Amino acid sequence: MSQEATILLIEDEPEIRRFLRTTLPSHGFRLHEATTGQDGITEAKARNPDLILLDLGLPDLDGSEVIRQVREWAHIPIIVLSARDQEQVKVEALDLGADDYVTKPFGVNELLARMRTALRHASRANESGEPVFVLGDLNVDLGRRQVFVSGKEVHLTPIEYKLLITLIRYAGKVLTHRQLLKEVWGPLHVDEGHYLRVYMRQLRNKLERNPAHPRYLVTELGVGYRLRTE
Amino acid sequence: MNQKRPDPDALLTRVQAEEAGHQEGKLKVFFGANPGVGKTYAMLQAAHEQRRDGVDVVIGVVETHGRAETEALVNGLEIVPRRAIDYRGTVLQEFDLDAALARRPAVILIDELAHSNAPGTRHAKRWQDVQELLRAGIHVYTTLNVQHLESLNDVVAKITNVRVRETVPDSVLERADDVELIDLSPDDLLQRLKEGKVYVPEQIQHAIHNFFAKGNLIALRELALRRTAERVGQQMEVYRLAQAVVRTWPTAETIMVCVNMKPRGPRLIRAARQMAAGLHAKWIAVYVQVPRHLRMSQSERDRVIHTLRLAEQLGAETVTLTGEDVAQEILAYARSRNATKIIVGKPMRAWWKEWLFGSVVLDLVNQSGEIDIYVITGTADEGQPVARRPLRSTGDASGYAYAIAGIMMATAVDWLMFPHFAAANLIMMYLVAVVAVAIGWGRGPSVLASVLSVATFDFFFEPPYFSFTLSDMQYLLTSGVMLAVALIISNLTARVQRQAELARYREKRTGVLYAMSRDLAINRGTGMLAQLAAKHLRDAFDAQVAVFLADADRKVHLQRGELLFFELDPKESGVAQWVYDHSERAGLGTDTLSGASALYLPLVASAGAIGVVAVRPKDSVLLMDPERLHLLESLVNQVALAIERTRLSDEAQQAHVKAKTERTRNAILSSVSHDLRTPLAIITGAASSLAVGRDELDPTARGELAQSIHREADRLDRLLKSLLDIMRLEAGVVQLNKQWHPLDEIIGSALARLEGWLRDHAVNTAVPADLPLVPVDGVLLEQVVINLVENAVKYAPPGSAIDLSASASDREVVVAVADQGPGIPVGEESRIFEKFYRTKHARERGVGLGLTICRGIVEAHGGRIWVENRSRGGALFRFSIPLPDQQPPVETEQPEAREA
Repeated sequence: MSQEATILLIEDEPEIRRFLRTTLPSHGFRLHEATTGQDGITEAKARNPDLILLDLGLPDLDGSEVIRQVREWAHIPIIVLSARDQEQVKVEALDLGADDYVTKPFGVNELLARMRTALRHASRANESGEPVFVLGDLNVDLGRRQVFVSGKEVHLTPIEYKLLITLIRYAGKVLTHRQLLKEVWGPLHVDEGHYLRVYMRQLRNKLERNPAHPRYLVTELGVGYRLRTE
Repeated sequence: MNQKRPDPDALLTRVQAEEAGHQEGKLKVFFGANPGVGKTYAMLQAAHEQRRDGVDVVIGVVETHGRAETEALVNGLEIVPRRAIDYRGTVLQEFDLDAALARRPAVILIDELAHSNAPGTRHAKRWQDVQELLRAGIHVYTTLNVQHLESLNDVVAKITNVRVRETVPDSVLERADDVELIDLSPDDLLQRLKEGKVYVPEQIQHAIHNFFAKGNLIALRELALRRTAERVGQQMEVYRLAQAVVRTWPTAETIMVCVNMKPRGPRLIRAARQMAAGLHAKWIAVYVQVPRHLRMSQSERDRVIHTLRLAEQLGAETVTLTGEDVAQEILAYARSRNATKIIVGKPMRAWWKEWLFGSVVLDLVNQSGEIDIYVITGTADEGQPVARRPLRSTGDASGYAYAIAGIMMATAVDWLMFPHFAAANLIMMYLVAVVAVAIGWGRGPSVLASVLSVATFDFFFEPPYFSFTLSDMQYLLTSGVMLAVALIISNLTARVQRQAELARYREKRTGVLYAMSRDLAINRGTGMLAQLAAKHLRDAFDAQVAVFLADADRKVHLQRGELLFFELDPKESGVAQWVYDHSERAGLGTDTLSGASALYLPLVASAGAIGVVAVRPKDSVLLMDPERLHLLESLVNQVALAIERTRLSDEAQQAHVKAKTERTRNAILSSVSHDLRTPLAIITGAASSLAVGRDELDPTARGELAQSIHREADRLDRLLKSLLDIMRLEAGVVQLNKQWHPLDEIIGSALARLEGWLRDHAVNTAVPADLPLVPVDGVLLEQVVINLVENAVKYAPPGSAIDLSASASDREVVVAVADQGPGIPVGEESRIFEKFYRTKHARERGVGLGLTICRGIVEAHGGRIWVENRSRGGALFRFSIPLPDQQPPVETEQPEAREA
């Protein structure tokens, strides 16, 4: 990461803009603001920010339309700010290429954590793959395709392994059911959500100390899964 | 003084009449004795006067008959265009009622009130058009000749020997607001006739000499003058009543006139009307249906209907009674209605028949007591007596054969008995045969049998044997007795049969009424009632039936359903609408819109018409029977009442639900406003002290204030979420997004979201790794787990553990959340799931919605939720989700071990 990351905030609610305007600079971010979707797209093209915070309830454009247009030319990480009970909207945004979402009302800590994850992931995508992934007592040797929990090797089936490395590749980021099914089972199985749930359970049973209260393999009900990295 | 005060009822009637007068148009009649006296001329003059005063006057119909003076007066007045009606190839120019109603003038001129409209117009008679105009609030000027008055029809016919077919009910003239008599002396009229100034109606062309004979003219003029004078007298009385100048007021009399199928019915009716008018009496036309009337011929039936309808038109109330004895029925009814006079026709039977069989008139006179009986003579107006359809016409021929056979059998038996028994006993055998034949086959065959028995007895058993010689007067008597027995028995039998027939008919009628009222009573909903009504009416009248109900805009709509069938063209629904608007029957068999294919009856409830019933019988004559019409009317009344009842109860129900919703809303508002204000007060207070005393506050205090703002905002957020959830659940808009979920994953997700809450508590989970998948809405079920754990946290002492477990059986998966708090007060185990319910032990105030939401979600999934106290203290909440028979298919892999 360079010194100061540039953030573009596309949000029509002035109080939320003000709250972020006062908070984000003190955490090392430079903030640009846009109040409409159209302005946001123009600003994004002009400033090429490191990350976009996008409100889904904009007055002029549908938030998903903004994602679609930005994704046509750039892979800038996008974090969606959405109201509660809009699982479908979130999933749609994520499927279109948004990197993460934060549900309103949100605390600063939560937002900062998501922003850092998204920025880190974006910078890592440019690096060559790391040979070993370490998270707590979980240790995955990607070169040898071996998985260790607390130093003990765990045997995974091919699908379990493929599921795990997909989550690792996007570590910290929420992956929708559709994205995971497409990556692991292929594009023909994107609607068979229960496959995914059954294999996630197997994976939790093998990797988590308490599968009913997981630390790494987190379920975002109605949306998808995330490999928690903090 | 007291008795000089006007009767309040009478005053009220007068006020109502005046009020009705304000809404309805006024009728002015230019009344004359003959054609040619100048009625139309006078009417046009009056119209011009009105027009000069600025009144909007138009001509509906004026017949000038080519008279120049009259035509001159037509000029300058607006004329409503006539309507061309094609009637059997001839184009008739008829008055256009709808155009007149649309034009809405203040005054309209309608000439020749007695005119009959061409078929295809709405009303059969022009006076009905006028009534509709009046109802629409339009004043009408019209002309009428005395010979067209219904009650004077007979008198005029007698005077002039010309029967006028086109008549107007007297009530129309009586209800007129103004009658202007156009009088011309007979000499002047004859003079005008000679000068060719008088148009002569076609129908009396052939009788012109008779009609315009001076004697006739004088008589007609007297009739017209008398009629006008009568009217003036009535008005005077009305005035006297209003002005409290009551002096003599005869007690209201009631006159009853009895009619039957005889052709002189109309005469009786007219006589009764005249008497009633003279006495200001109410009058009732009564028809008694006795069993033998059930086999009336069609024309007799028609005549009864026509007579009763005439009575109705002349202002009578009509009643049909059923019974065995005409005189008794009439007298019983007369007494029940306090009738003082009864009018009957003089019997026209031969004297000996009357002497032998008695007559209704004789019975009436003998038994009437205080009631006066008026016997009216008269020849039939029209028609010939009609042959009666015999009872059992088909069985007759065979009856005679049986009579012969019966006597042959009796003879055979007697032949065997002859050597051993006396002659009197042999006769007894014949008597048995005669009685049997009389019972079985009626009068004719039994007479034959009695004659035959005397003959055979004489031939076989009376010396000289095998020859007919009535040697002894004794056997003449025997023969007479046998004949008498045969007649008595056969008459008795016929009577019993007729009674049975009547009883069957009554039973059927009662049965229909009962079946329908029962069905209407146990069913609800106007659509359902309409269907039931249609079904019963269809069965009872062998007819197609349709029910129309009116909507809030007073438009009628056909109630559709599998039992309702009616080919409907716009014209027919127009008739239904008309019937609804006017609350009058119309269509088939009536004088109004008689071109319609069905009879339309209004459904009249206590607050006016609510709809229309259309009945289209296979045989339209069936509807002409007064008995059936009455049955139809009572059925239709029942339907109207039932529909009104169900509507009222629906309204009451709605009001009740509304009140209940209102109460619930108030409870929510009062509870929620408190729960919203508390966190808002804390936030406002903390935020304002942060804003104002920034410099004075030390960092710790600032941190605490910020913390409490955060905490309270969080609480507000949860409260709002709960409220939204409960509203959505209650409104029924929650759509379950069911997918196959492992419950352990839902529990895990819930615990992840609860992390902030669970700092002070350890959560022990006991969830098997192989729980079956359940088809649930994951997001909602997660909410259930979150709410249950939050609830446990609220009650459990800090540091205590919360136990979360799940188990599966064949039929369901059960999730349990247990705490170590105080438990649930005994008896409140189910109440705690109610809205806004809170126990006293909560450490932290909640809204009291969390558990209600849980119950709503679990029940939406077909599961149960319940609570009990643990044996070692604390509450144990459990909910179950039913398991389907089969799990979804999941492709399994080869469990492949990776190389170590």
